[in-house]
Parts: sequence; C-alpha cells; structure tokens
Amino acid sequence: MGNRLIYLDNNATTPTDPRAVEAMLPYFYEHPGNAASRNHPFGWVAEEAVDYAREQIAQLLNVDSKEIIFTSGATEGDNLALKGVFEMYQRKGNHIITVKTEHKAVLDACQKIEKMGGEVTYLNVGRDGLIDLGELEAAITDKTILVSVMWANNETGVIQPMKAIGDICAKHGVLFMSDATQVVGKIPVNPKEVGVHLMAFTSHKMYGPKGVGALYVSRKNPRVKVTSQMDGGGHERGMRSGTLNVPGIVGFGKAAELARLEMAADAERLSKLRDKLESALTSTLEETYVNGNREHRMPHVTNISFKHVEGEGLMMTFNQEIAVSSGSACTSASLEPSYVLVALGLGDDLAHSSIRFSLGRFTKEEDIDYTIEALTQGVNHMRDLSPIWEMYKDGVDLESIEWSEH
Amino acid sequence: MAYSEKLLDHFKNPRNVGTLDKGSDSVGTGLVGAPECGDVMRLQIEVDKATNTIIDAKFKTFGCGSAIASSSLATEWLKGKSVDEALTIDNMAIVEELALPPVKIHCSVLAEDAIKGAIADYQKKNGIPVSEAALAKAH
Repeated sequence: MGNRLIYLDNNATTPTDPRAVEAMLPYFYEHPGNAASRNHPFGWVAEEAVDYAREQIAQLLNVDSKEIIFTSGATEGDNLALKGVFEMYQRKGNHIITVKTEHKAVLDACQKIEKMGGEVTYLNVGRDGLIDLGELEAAITDKTILVSVMWANNETGVIQPMKAIGDICAKHGVLFMSDATQVVGKIPVNPKEVGVHLMAFTSHKMYGPKGVGALYVSRKNPRVKVTSQMDGGGHERGMRSGTLNVPGIVGFGKAAELARLEMAADAERLSKLRDKLESALTSTLEETYVNGNREHRMPHVTNISFKHVEGEGLMMTFNQEIAVSSGSACTSASLEPSYVLVALGLGDDLAHSSIRFSLGRFTKEEDIDYTIEALTQGVNHMRDLSPIWEMYKDGVDLESIEWSEH
Repeated sequence: MAYSEKLLDHFKNPRNVGTLDKGSDSVGTGLVGAPECGDVMRLQIEVDKATNTIIDAKFKTFGCGSAIASSSLATEWLKGKSVDEALTIDNMAIVEELALPPVKIHCSVLAEDAIKGAIADYQKKNGIPVSEAALAKAH
C-alpha cells in the first residue's frame, strides 16, 4: 500500500509523453543548431524541425502554421496577448473585459495594464462558474478593444460558451482572446470556428515538455498584431524575440500530434473514470458537493467540497500516495481560500474544503479505485476530528456561533 | 514542505480526540478560530477542583495537519499539569516540538489560545477570578 504513487494533478502539469521525449532527444546534441542560423546545415535542420512542429500544432487547432508564435509558456502568451494588444490598439481604445475566475497570469497582467492607464472590467460568474452573456455585452463600450475569457477553468474545468462570446465580440468589432491552457490537446479546440483571435496555451499541460508554449494570433479576418514584449532579434515575425527552444518545440509538436490522434479516446476513457470517482465519493460521503457546472466542463476534472473538512489537512491523510490539489491555502501568508471558488459564490468554509482531482493520459482505473478508498477513509478520519462536523451532526447552527477570527 | 516525524505521528494518531461534557462545571472549553479561516480548534480540560490539576484533556480540530498536531500535542502536555502550569505553555514550545515551518506558526498560536480559552472558561464557571495570562488570550 505504501509504495504506490498516484498522480491526479494533471491540471498543474502533465508528465511528458515518452514519445515526445524521444522526438526531442536528437535536438540536444546531434542537431544543436539555432533555428535562426540561416547559413549552415545546423541552422537549417533546426529551422526545419521548428517548422514541422509549428505545422503539427497548427493542425491540432485547424489554423495556419504562420499563426503560431512560440513562447516560453502560457503565462508569457497571456502577457503578450493582453499587453501587446493594449499597446498596439491604443488609438482604438483602452478598455479590456475579462473574468474574475481567470488565471493569475491574466488577472495580474490586467492589473498592470490598469496601472498603465487601461481600464479593465472583471465579469462575475454564476454558481456554475459560467459568465453571463448579457453582462458581457453590456460591458462593451466604444473604448473596448479586447475581451479575454479562459476557455476552461483550471480549478473547476468549467468550459465557457466560447462561440456565443465570439459572436458578441464579432458583432461589436472587439478582439477576442482566450487563455486555452487547460483545453488544447484535451478537447477539440478550433479558434477560428468560435471567433477567438488570440489564444495562449502551453506544452506541459498536454504531455509535452515544460518551458515552451505558443500564442495563436489570427492573420486573416481580422489580421491581428501585438506589440512585442520581449525585444531582441525579431524572432517569431517580430512578436517574440529570443532564440527558439528547439528541443522543447519539437516535443511540443509531437505532443500536439499525439493529442490530435488520441485525445478523443483519452477524453472518453477519462470522463468515465472521473464520473466513477465523483459518483463514488458523493454517494458514499454525505455533505459532499461538486463545484461548478457539471455539463459544460472538461472530461478529466472534478472539484469536490467535503463539508467541515479542511482541504489541506485532508490531503495530508493521503499525500504520500496520491497527488491532488486543494482550494485551501492555509498558510500565514494567505489564509484566503481559492478566489475562483469564492467567485462561484461558495462560502469560504466550502472553498477551504475543496479538492481538485485532474486525471490524465496515464491514469489507470486501479488508481481511481485506490483514490476512492483513500479519500473515503481520509474524509471520515478528518470528520471524526472536526468540531464543526460534530456541531453540524448535533444540529448546531454554525452561523449562530461567534467565531474568533484570527 | 516536509513535515517532522512527530508532527506526522500526531496527525495520523491524534491523542485525546473527543468531547467532554461542557455542561459540567469541572470542564472548561476553549473554541478558537473560524471556519472561514480554515481553522477551528476546540480544546477541553477537566479539572480536579481539590488539587487544581488537569485530569483530562480532549480536542477536536478542523484544520490542516499542523493545526491538528498542535492541538493533539497540547492535550498531551495538559494532562497532569496544574492550571497555573498549563498557563505557562507557550506556542513556541509547540513550534519547537513539532518543528513547525514558519507558515504554520499560527497553528501553534491557535493551540495556545485554545488552552487559555479553556482555562478562562473553567475559572468563570467556578467563580474563580480569571488568571491574567488566560484573560489576555481568551476571546
């Protein structure tokens, strides 16, 4: 029992598929060239490998390979898209619309933009994690240049109505950007079909290596430009300078090809395992709630609150064997629980009680069976220890107690 | 963050989990923290009035592993101590014993508060003037 290690934290990062690793290896020593060296075979080989990977990624998204700008990851892609559009379209306006449940890479970039003179509207989400399309449309003004909505949320897996948002943006002539980190390579993603003009994503969430990502930038209808945020040699059509990470890009390309071929089967298998995990836990354990919309969400993710149990403590009952993540950050630096769950309208207590399970390509059914058992034991152990569970069981109204905040 | 063996032991095999009769006037109850903050500690002591000695201690805690271990350790230390001795238990002693990392020091503070809260509650119930040390921390 003690020597198994089960990884259910694939929304944090995925293992690199061994087939992607294999594709990368020749590009460390055998083919060490700089893809920008145009005058010798080392450079040509590297450039060819990068072009091939760009094509593999473009195929996955059904876009033109020239629309793929390589970056170091989704954080850089988000920053480049937001700040790059803000600078490039200054004459048109200074207003950006985004959502409270976005990743910090988007929220913090937006805060920086506010300091630079921009105006940002942060949309609410409902209890199901979805934005209100009416609220979005009402927020658009003649100064609005960009709407930024993440395709699916990292904590809950909830998928936003992308096509409907794209239609609203098109109607008002506003650019539409999406942080698609959690969806690319997991479900079909076609930015052109839904009207997304800029889209950031990363290799390490789709079984590729870390340290490489991409920004999709539409070249036609409309032709979008962003002001570079990294100045230098003018790589990536002038939008992102810096020597390309050739082995990383090759692995990213291979991961994209594998995703194109395998994601449908992966999604089908993982959604069954996810549903098994979810229904076992919610039926065995009382006062257990699934967070976010259960219809519009990623197939491999579930976020569950176990009432009156603190998430970090619960994790400690099994974290020698099972890796998951919690919406509770119980440290003196931050006593605040997940802002995403709080934005959904969960009380802080339920947010502190949440665990995110994110399955992946290498998750086996026996992993799920073991997790169900360990979680059930862990929750029961923690509830036996929990004074507020005891009060709840005794019918005490927890709201009526005067808690000593600290 | 790697936890100490002692902390893990208290977390996995917590001592003195349970509930004493809070209606009894030989029992003092300290309830500190709040569900919204992710920590609630309830610590109870039973005092032998004749000797002013803590003869039993129980706890229940909603919180992270460090909070659970801190309260478990506190109950162990309380048993057999006089009320006056119990008032001298300092949170830093808990930090040291469990090797709590800096971000978890607040868990030990909570345990100290719970001890003092329980003593203050016992003293109030019995018409004993609440000790100054307990008063300072009791909410």
